[in-house]
Amino acid sequence: MKRIPINRIIPFSNVDGPGNRLAIFVQKCPFQCWYCHNPETINMCIHCGKCVDVCPVGALSKVDGEVKWNQELCVQCDACIGTCEHMSSPKMYWMSVDDVIAEINKNRMFIRGITVSGGECMEYPEFLLELFTRVKAMGLTCFLDSNGYYDFKKYPELLDVCDAVMLDVKASDVEFHKQLTSQGNKTVLSNLEYLISRNKMYEVRTVLLNGYEDMNEKTVRYVSSIVQDHCRYKLIKYRPFGVRKEYLEKLGNRIVSDDVLNRCADIARNCGVKDVVVV
Amino acid sequence: MATDVYKIISDTTLTYHQQVKALAGLAESTDLESLPLTDEEKAAMQDGILCDLNEGRVPYRPRYIIPDYSILMEKGSKFLDLPVPTTLLEACTYLNIMYKHVPSITTFPVYLGNLDELLEPFVQKETYENAKAILKMFLLQIDRTLTDSFVHADIGPKDSLTARILLELSCEMQCAMPNLTLKYDPEVTSDDFAKVCAKAMLKVAKPSFANHKMFCEDWGEDYVIASCYNGLKLAGGGYTLPRLRMYELSLKANSVEDFKTRVLPHYVGIMLKFMDKRIKFIVEESSFFKSNFLVTEGFVKRENFTGMFGMVGLAECCNHLLGITDVTKGYGHNEQADQLGVEIMEELEKLVKAHEGLYCEGCGSRYGLHAQVGIDSDGRENSPGTRIAVGNEPIMPLHIAHSAKFHKFFPTGTGDIFKFEETWENTPDAVVDVIKGAMSMGMRYFSGYLENNDVVRVTGYLVKKSELAKLDANGQSLNNASIFGKGARDFSNALDRRVEKYEENSN
Repeated sequence: MKRIPINRIIPFSNVDGPGNRLAIFVQKCPFQCWYCHNPETINMCIHCGKCVDVCPVGALSKVDGEVKWNQELCVQCDACIGTCEHMSSPKMYWMSVDDVIAEINKNRMFIRGITVSGGECMEYPEFLLELFTRVKAMGLTCFLDSNGYYDFKKYPELLDVCDAVMLDVKASDVEFHKQLTSQGNKTVLSNLEYLISRNKMYEVRTVLLNGYEDMNEKTVRYVSSIVQDHCRYKLIKYRPFGVRKEYLEKLGNRIVSDDVLNRCADIARNCGVKDVVVV
Repeated sequence: MATDVYKIISDTTLTYHQQVKALAGLAESTDLESLPLTDEEKAAMQDGILCDLNEGRVPYRPRYIIPDYSILMEKGSKFLDLPVPTTLLEACTYLNIMYKHVPSITTFPVYLGNLDELLEPFVQKETYENAKAILKMFLLQIDRTLTDSFVHADIGPKDSLTARILLELSCEMQCAMPNLTLKYDPEVTSDDFAKVCAKAMLKVAKPSFANHKMFCEDWGEDYVIASCYNGLKLAGGGYTLPRLRMYELSLKANSVEDFKTRVLPHYVGIMLKFMDKRIKFIVEESSFFKSNFLVTEGFVKRENFTGMFGMVGLAECCNHLLGITDVTKGYGHNEQADQLGVEIMEELEKLVKAHEGLYCEGCGSRYGLHAQVGIDSDGRENSPGTRIAVGNEPIMPLHIAHSAKFHKFFPTGTGDIFKFEETWENTPDAVVDVIKGAMSMGMRYFSGYLENNDVVRVTGYLVKKSELAKLDANGQSLNNASIFGKGARDFSNALDRRVEKYEENSN
């Protein structure tokens, strides 16, 4: 059975969709966002071995050219992640659909569904199709948390078993999106319209940045014109926690002010969005 | 040398009422003749195994009294010279008058009634604004005159306007009193009402959620939750609640087998006899069941009372018997220790159930097991009931699964407390999902609160952190339970339980 790299599973999450959910964070993401809070989920490990030397408890070793992680010895100090120069992590679980289902079963009583996030969940559409098909049969809901890089139109079967998507629209301006994420936004924007048209959008999210007020407003106006009363639009304050040093210089070491947040929320409401949430 | 009386009357940190109560306790402790201790009881007490929870040497009332207040609503009271109430203001006033006259171990009533059932007919006759204004004064009077957190009211299982107003007021007023329980059954309690309750629980540490189905199976529909989380019969109560301190008990055994077959039965026998003796005294010698208006007017019936068999420190008992010194690898994190815990509880349950209790016909002539929440002097040697030591809790799903294994043993009460970080306040539906799961697994009683609250749940009762600060500054606190809370905080780290945080919750 095919296995995919999973960075971690959070059995109780109250912030990844409705109710209490089990959240699965897959490894690997096509974007490299300036404000990524968990950059260690972006790339696959290239087995350079730099982390092996900094592990204080000997939980990492290099065997046959590959970095191996001993979960039993690990004290979760994250020294390895702090050292990694490739935006990756040696702590990864290669899991099959069966493995993930077993984790879900342990927590099934307490959750109303699962959410697959990342990294970028759509790196693994076949895996998701099988997982969701089985999880739906268990009476649980299945959500995706996606950056919209991959075209959802190509996966109609997956959308059939997916209850809803939470989509990030990081910027509507293509050039700014390229700077901010390292990729264009054409598919992101077409996904925005497509998922709404299929009635599969739970919420759209935009992170508001320090010092880019014009881009904040441009994105909010654009997204709002499409979201309207179809779903929730969540505006998120940029927070510096976990952000890489070089980007702290660009985005600042402070949380976006409530002024900026409220102004954007007003714009969204004035553009006709019925359900605006700010965090 | 200052006498004990002098110490009490000169103590500036005690309120007048707290002095009177302490003096009464002192007076009671001077009578060593009316109900003398046997030598083996004395020895067990000296060894720290048998503990009477400061119940006093000569009990002059049952420890917990559960009046059926619906009688006051339907008939009034002759002794209190109160007619049948016709308005919400009258109903609330009459209840407050009656509360003043309900005795208990704390001198305050430990049960105030299923307030929504009692008051809903009157609330329905008022405008929302009027009802809220009257209920606000009702709650204010309770908080400032029934100054003890073991004062407890129930709501549910059905949704009601009364309960919703009481919850709104609880959140606005941020009072420690009264303690509050929702009788919760997902099939009867609407999701929306459960969400309102969960939100209040996070904001003001109440209500707790009682597993209605489970309590009904043990007691029938006429049960109540009183004091901390005590399951008892309506129009009845609990005569007495002594407890076995399991850690000290384990020190008497030279093996697991010896513990189960010799030590446990021996001391359970001593405690059961101790309970029989006290119950006989309360019923046959003290005046309560002969002349108190609660009895003569039918608010309580003698046969609905029972004895409560308390225990603490199962965690430390199991760890000691298995020679586990690192608690992070012991009870709560170790299958063998948890399994031993279950086996000990099965043994204990068998012994208690085999004993024919005195004067508790309405409860099948049996005493009920109770997971006692501990007292400040327990320190860290005996964790409450069957709980995992505070601060040593595993992640929430594992913690709940562990609790659920033990809750079935305790018809007269048990419970666990979960501390949430701030984001959960915005997602009460997620909290309800967790509670539903917990109850379906067999959890009897679920309490929670937000990490930064002023009103917090210590072990089973509520205190305000701001009131503990008054005691820290050598001032007085109106709430009698603040003193216990301060002790539990200082000696048992009771406020340092694990916080349910998103980041720490990964596998």
